[in-house]
Amino acid sequence: MAKPPKKTQEDPSTTGHQWDGIQEFDNPMPRWWLWTFYVTIVWAIGYSIAYPAWPGIKSATTGLLGWSTRANVEADIARVNATNDAINTRLASADLGSIATDPELSGYATSAGSAVFKTWCAQCHGSGAAGAVGYPNLLDNDWLWGGDIESIHTTIAHGIRNEDDPDARYSEMPAFGDILERDEIDQVVNYVMSLSETPQDATQVAAGETVFMDNCAVCHMEDGTGDREQGAPNLTDAIWLYGGDYDTLKATVEYSRFGVMPPWTERLTAAQIAAVASYVHQLGGGE
Amino acid sequence: MTNYLKLIVLGLIAFLALIAANYARDLAYLVNAITIALAAGAAFLWVLRTTDEPVDRVDLSGEYMDGVIRAGAVATALWGVVGFLVGTFIAFQLAFPWLNFEFLQGIGNFGRLRPLHTSAVIFAFGGNALICTSFYVVQRTSAARLWGGNLAWFVFWGYQLFIVLAAAGYLFGATQSREYAEPEWYVDLWLTVVWLSYLAVFLGTIVKRREPHIYVANWFYLAFIITVAMLHVVNNMAVPVSVFGSKSVSLFSGVQDAMTQWWYGHNAVGFFLTAGFLGMMYYFVPKQAERPVYSYKLSIIHFWALIFIYIWAGPHHLHYTALPDWATTLGMVFSIVLWMPSWGGMINGLMTLSGAWDKLRTDPIIRMMVISIGFYGMSTFEGPMMSIRAVNSLSHYTDWTIGHVHSGALGWNGMITFGALYFMVPRLWNRSGLYSLRLVSWHFWLATIGIILYAASMWVSGIMEGLMWREVDANGFLVNSFADTVAAKFPMNVVRGLGGVLFLSGALVMCYNLYMTIRRSPAVEATNSVVAAE
Repeated sequence: MAKPPKKTQEDPSTTGHQWDGIQEFDNPMPRWWLWTFYVTIVWAIGYSIAYPAWPGIKSATTGLLGWSTRANVEADIARVNATNDAINTRLASADLGSIATDPELSGYATSAGSAVFKTWCAQCHGSGAAGAVGYPNLLDNDWLWGGDIESIHTTIAHGIRNEDDPDARYSEMPAFGDILERDEIDQVVNYVMSLSETPQDATQVAAGETVFMDNCAVCHMEDGTGDREQGAPNLTDAIWLYGGDYDTLKATVEYSRFGVMPPWTERLTAAQIAAVASYVHQLGGGE
Repeated sequence: MTNYLKLIVLGLIAFLALIAANYARDLAYLVNAITIALAAGAAFLWVLRTTDEPVDRVDLSGEYMDGVIRAGAVATALWGVVGFLVGTFIAFQLAFPWLNFEFLQGIGNFGRLRPLHTSAVIFAFGGNALICTSFYVVQRTSAARLWGGNLAWFVFWGYQLFIVLAAAGYLFGATQSREYAEPEWYVDLWLTVVWLSYLAVFLGTIVKRREPHIYVANWFYLAFIITVAMLHVVNNMAVPVSVFGSKSVSLFSGVQDAMTQWWYGHNAVGFFLTAGFLGMMYYFVPKQAERPVYSYKLSIIHFWALIFIYIWAGPHHLHYTALPDWATTLGMVFSIVLWMPSWGGMINGLMTLSGAWDKLRTDPIIRMMVISIGFYGMSTFEGPMMSIRAVNSLSHYTDWTIGHVHSGALGWNGMITFGALYFMVPRLWNRSGLYSLRLVSWHFWLATIGIILYAASMWVSGIMEGLMWREVDANGFLVNSFADTVAAKFPMNVVRGLGGVLFLSGALVMCYNLYMTIRRSPAVEATNSVVAAE
């Protein structure tokens, strides 16, 4: 059995109960504690009168201040829209080529476009626009479908290889696994590697050139520099969307690739598309 | 005769579970069904071996039932280590995403491990701590053996089965997607059975008590048990898609579903992690300090204020959502009013030590309890502050919330549980004292520094994140992308992981210390006979 706890001389009296040796002092509640508690209760009553709080059967009190989260956010949006209304109208109707030379318009388009990009585009192209495997880097001067602002604008507005927009950019590379022999694929992959870097097997390059001219040059051009009309990549610049190593190139030739980008006309306003096109154009690679 | 009945029931359960496993529509259900079959089979064998054996009818009514508490203490320590380990690992997964290994996809990626961590620390570590300390406290403060005989053992093993079923469910993809209520319908049903048995054991013991009054710790434990039963049942009302599958559909929809969930989620914190642990505090602090509780009046007022007000504060989890403004206002004002009732527990805990402050220097267990109460006071101030709409618009969805939760969970719940284990283990195993007080000191410092690293890094990270999210340029456009904020959090995420490593190390030191206490400390005479205070 636990011994009764020590008590010092000045200790107040206890309540007289004891459980397993535990006693309780008969101290009053601390005044500051009690008064703070009262103050919070009074404040709570006042606050719930000032703000929407008490539910009735069909609706709740709206509060003396008439405060509402919905009204607040609507007011915020309306304020920003009112401020930017004039310049948005200008941006939507501006000649795309002239944006860069108009300091007011280009400054606005860059900050608006940056926000659009970070919300809608960063998921694939990265928040810094450096791209990822399968998603083009937008900072360099290598463009699949064209790097002038008009081309960028068209790509953003209509997208690539999607089924939602009839004006989407469209092209399709055949899967050569069904067309070429295995050694022909091996040869052409080595040839493509030789255009920019070192081939895996230099002895195959010459044979690969023949395969390339017969099958690939129609889109990628005889010198391998590609064709923006068809979105056919330049194969000579050592910039790769999926990878330039032997295995990745072999997979690309055998199975083909089919990168898709959604159209943005339905989700973004004309001003927003112009802004984000202008933003991408000024990142460094724009033509 | 009853043994034959048990054998029939257990055999039937094992058989039905195997049928369910055969028709299982998903992996989680299959694993759970096999687990149930194995558990029922093991129980069947155990009953079979004891059937028709001669039994010595010893009258145990004069002795406290401590076996189940010993098991609970071991489970608390072990589940604690598991929970802390998973938490530390997922903290590093956030800092270094490659730790979401390819071979772990679908089992061990962050999304699967995160509920495993939260449930392991709250329900496995915290729940076992609450169950075993409540059994310890209610017997000693009621001067009565646990009511219901082996029902307490059923509660213990039933609760462990619940933990295993829930954990396996998370890893294999069964979840209701309700925070802290992720287990699916059949696990919820099982927990309801176990929890009502727990209520029966606890209440039965109080009813047959031999003390005239019910001690304050027991009010808190009882409030915790009853309210959690209510919360659990209401929030988990759902219709299973198939009896042979884990998926179920909630009875509520839309914002009502969200409100039900956060009514539950907030009060899981309020009644599981606050009221229950206050019960722990009200027994172990005065016992360890050997001082009377500071104020009976304060305890009674803050108890009723706490349980009345806490239940209304849930809507502050849904500020600036589809929840109507009036509901969030009420959630916020009740949270502010809750501040002082919460602090009543802190005052009563700390002031109980007045007259025994010198023990802070000599007794690392008291130090642990004091820091625990300190973190309790800090979190219960921070919580009401974060419920204020203006603060919440900055803090919500950020790491600040994570830091807040952990200063409460690691600081308050963790430390008071460690203190209770250090108090109970020598007494439960009839040892003269702990193996090493120096190791307790080590545990104290490892855990405290770990919590400080964790909470501080999450404050910095959360406030930075909130400020980055709302940053707009002169034209009103957002400046940062979400990925920018993720990248900016990297150093804080590393510090958080290191805090976890320290906290985990402290827990391992504790496990070693407790193990050596049981193995090495000199034995003393048992002190578990029932004696009522005169």
